[in-house]
Amino acid sequence: MKRLKKLLGAFLLVLIGIGIGKFILGNKPKQVLGPTFFESGSSGITSNGEPTKIKDGARYEVKDGESIQAAVAKANQGDVILVYPGTYSETVYIDKDNIRVHGVIENGERPTLNGNKQLNDAFLYSGNGITIENFKIIDYKGNGIMGQAGNNFIIKNNLIINTGVYGIFPQYGKNGLIELNVLSGIEDAAIYVGMCDNIDVRINEVFESVAGIEIENSRHCLVEYNYVHDNAGGLLAFITPGLPIKTCDDVIFRGNYVLNNNHKNFAIPGSVVSKIPSGTGILVLAADNVVIEDNFIIGNKCFGIAITDLENGGMKFSTDGGLDPYPDNASILDNYMANNGYNPSGAIAKLTKVAMLDKLDIGFIGGGSNHCILNPGRYVTLGLGSFAQCEATSTKAVKTYMLPNPVPPKDVSQMKKGKMAYYGICAGCHSYNNIIVGPSVADIQMIYRDNPEGIVEYITNPIHKRQDFPEMPPQTHLPEDIKMAVAEYLLKVTK
Amino acid sequence: MYQMYNSSNDKGVGGLQTGLPQNRDGFSPQQIDLGRYLFFDPVLSIDGSISCASCHQPDKGFSDGLAISKGVKGKPVHRSAPSIWNSAFIDKFFWDAKSNTLEDQMQGPLYSENEMGNNPINLLQTLNKLENYQALFLEAFPEKEDEEISLNEIYTALTAFECSLISLNSPYDQYAHGYHDALNEQEIEGMNIFRSFVARCSECHTPPLFTNQQLAVIGTPEPKGRPFDKGAEVPTGDKTLRGSFKVPSLRNIALTAPYEHSGVFDNLYDATEFYTKGRGHAVPDSIDLIVHWHIWEPQLSVYEIERIVDFLHTLTDESFKPQIPQAVPSGLNLEI
Repeated sequence: MKRLKKLLGAFLLVLIGIGIGKFILGNKPKQVLGPTFFESGSSGITSNGEPTKIKDGARYEVKDGESIQAAVAKANQGDVILVYPGTYSETVYIDKDNIRVHGVIENGERPTLNGNKQLNDAFLYSGNGITIENFKIIDYKGNGIMGQAGNNFIIKNNLIINTGVYGIFPQYGKNGLIELNVLSGIEDAAIYVGMCDNIDVRINEVFESVAGIEIENSRHCLVEYNYVHDNAGGLLAFITPGLPIKTCDDVIFRGNYVLNNNHKNFAIPGSVVSKIPSGTGILVLAADNVVIEDNFIIGNKCFGIAITDLENGGMKFSTDGGLDPYPDNASILDNYMANNGYNPSGAIAKLTKVAMLDKLDIGFIGGGSNHCILNPGRYVTLGLGSFAQCEATSTKAVKTYMLPNPVPPKDVSQMKKGKMAYYGICAGCHSYNNIIVGPSVADIQMIYRDNPEGIVEYITNPIHKRQDFPEMPPQTHLPEDIKMAVAEYLLKVTK
Repeated sequence: MYQMYNSSNDKGVGGLQTGLPQNRDGFSPQQIDLGRYLFFDPVLSIDGSISCASCHQPDKGFSDGLAISKGVKGKPVHRSAPSIWNSAFIDKFFWDAKSNTLEDQMQGPLYSENEMGNNPINLLQTLNKLENYQALFLEAFPEKEDEEISLNEIYTALTAFECSLISLNSPYDQYAHGYHDALNEQEIEGMNIFRSFVARCSECHTPPLFTNQQLAVIGTPEPKGRPFDKGAEVPTGDKTLRGSFKVPSLRNIALTAPYEHSGVFDNLYDATEFYTKGRGHAVPDSIDLIVHWHIWEPQLSVYEIERIVDFLHTLTDESFKPQIPQAVPSGLNLEI
């Protein structure tokens, strides 16, 4: 009995020793930096799909045979352009703010923009607060809808077929909604969010394109409830090198159907997406904080989900020292996955062969850290050894990544506007005390003391007053408020 | 005027109404004027024969009209002289982007054997012997303790002058600020081709500066008889950057022919047409380049190329072109 006690005691000691050893030596729980936005859902966002408040402006009606651009030229901020069914062959460019171009659907028939494979783009906009909805856009060479640095946009309920490189392509935009569009036959990404922030891409159908939806060098994007099928690649979150904005961060792919993306890759040789293997479900290339949740990912023959870095991505890029080429903090939450990776190609084929896998739902290849997954046992996986168990189980607190209020115009005081125009324009010909081209500012101040209106009148319609100076060109290009601001500023300059 | 606008992620790239990138600022008028004298004064070169303005001529968009510039004694320089308009906003200098500040950049041509051929010791000795300059430096740097002119003061003054060369009030800019009559129909057509994803010009030549300030491999040919130029591979040692060059701004581009790092195209039509002749069409078979993905085959028509050229002409604004001094403080002949 004593002996038994001794034995037990020794056994206990060993157990305690193991315990202490474990405690001291490690097996620390893996640190998971769960995406911080999981808690931030209650930001009071109104998800009514109308981020821009377009005041009731004038209405312009465009009927078959007329020009949409002519209406845009007439329209002012807040106006609505109603386009009736018919066929319009034009490039509509909108370099104004808060214009809504609204297709009127009659008996199921939409207004059609047809590029006849001659025209480059259907819509080009640079203004803020642009809405484009209810159009059918076919046969352009460049893009269906392209935005350049327009914030607060809505692109909604358009059919976009065979429009060249991209279907919907906002670039450098903040706060936008891409919703209820159907796109097919696009040589690159059907929906391409490039260098943007705070974009929701919801309930679109994209098919028979090279890539379905691509989020590239963008931040805070929610890609939700889209039907993404029969493309070469379904959903992409990419960092592409060589661009001025160098991060892709905080992207949620949630509740999408990513089915049978096994289309032949018909991308233009040399393009980034030309290297995506046919059969790609979801591909995360170097992007950080990507969450993949509640998607149905089925029948994609190369793989369901792959996470990889720039070097292993199979694309040949020049080095870009300004960016981090490795994906970090991916979270793969619960998804339904089946029958993926049954006929892989390229590097994936080699890897799965070595691993003796005949399917592949999820693969991780190359560098990058702090990834996590829920219930990995449900899937056929490759290379997920470093993945931790995700702490968070859902992103449902995030209703939208659009901003609660539209991005406001930069707040610039009247005084500052005047100063900018003075130094940007007037100072080219007028100095305070000296004569460069036109009379000195001190001289002008004497003539127009307390009379900025006089200056506004003069610069709008200059009269050649003094023979010893050249005639001043009219400054009609300046808006009225800037003219007054610069006149007031000019009268206050003291040196 | 662009300060009225936001800029996506503060990078100063975007569309028509996008704010500018960070700029150099805060120089005194005396510093700018001293820099102007230095810029035009051949005393900065080893033999007093050429000035900065010899290769950066105000009337030629601050370039020199040559494919390959010429240094002291007519020695050939490696590449074409780039324009220096809007340098205040630029963060990479030289075609191969090897320098990040104007102060650093100018030491290249000042001390290169094939360019101005000078050296720091000689430059200081020369300037310190000239009373005119001593006085001007005292005015420009009133805080200075030492009467001697220093290298940093020379660099600061030249930087101050270069940062005064702002060109942002072209017809295009007036359009961008909302005055749509500033461009005619053909020019607007050209602008739309320029920014379309078919031609893709604005993907790298991005407004408002018409550069995204990145490196790009586009694969332009070298003129006959000149060896292949490895571009940024040379300073970085990175083979993936072979043949890459800084994307230049297109501001005042109509004034700065010939074009590209080697001056291989002598007009804007040819320089634009290059982009529609096929990806890598001018790259010798023996050279392995990672050509930029935006280089493709847009199949632009002659009409479209001509419209792009029309648009490029709307980027000309010389309202802040400086006056060329009547005489320079060294008393040397002012030859440009």
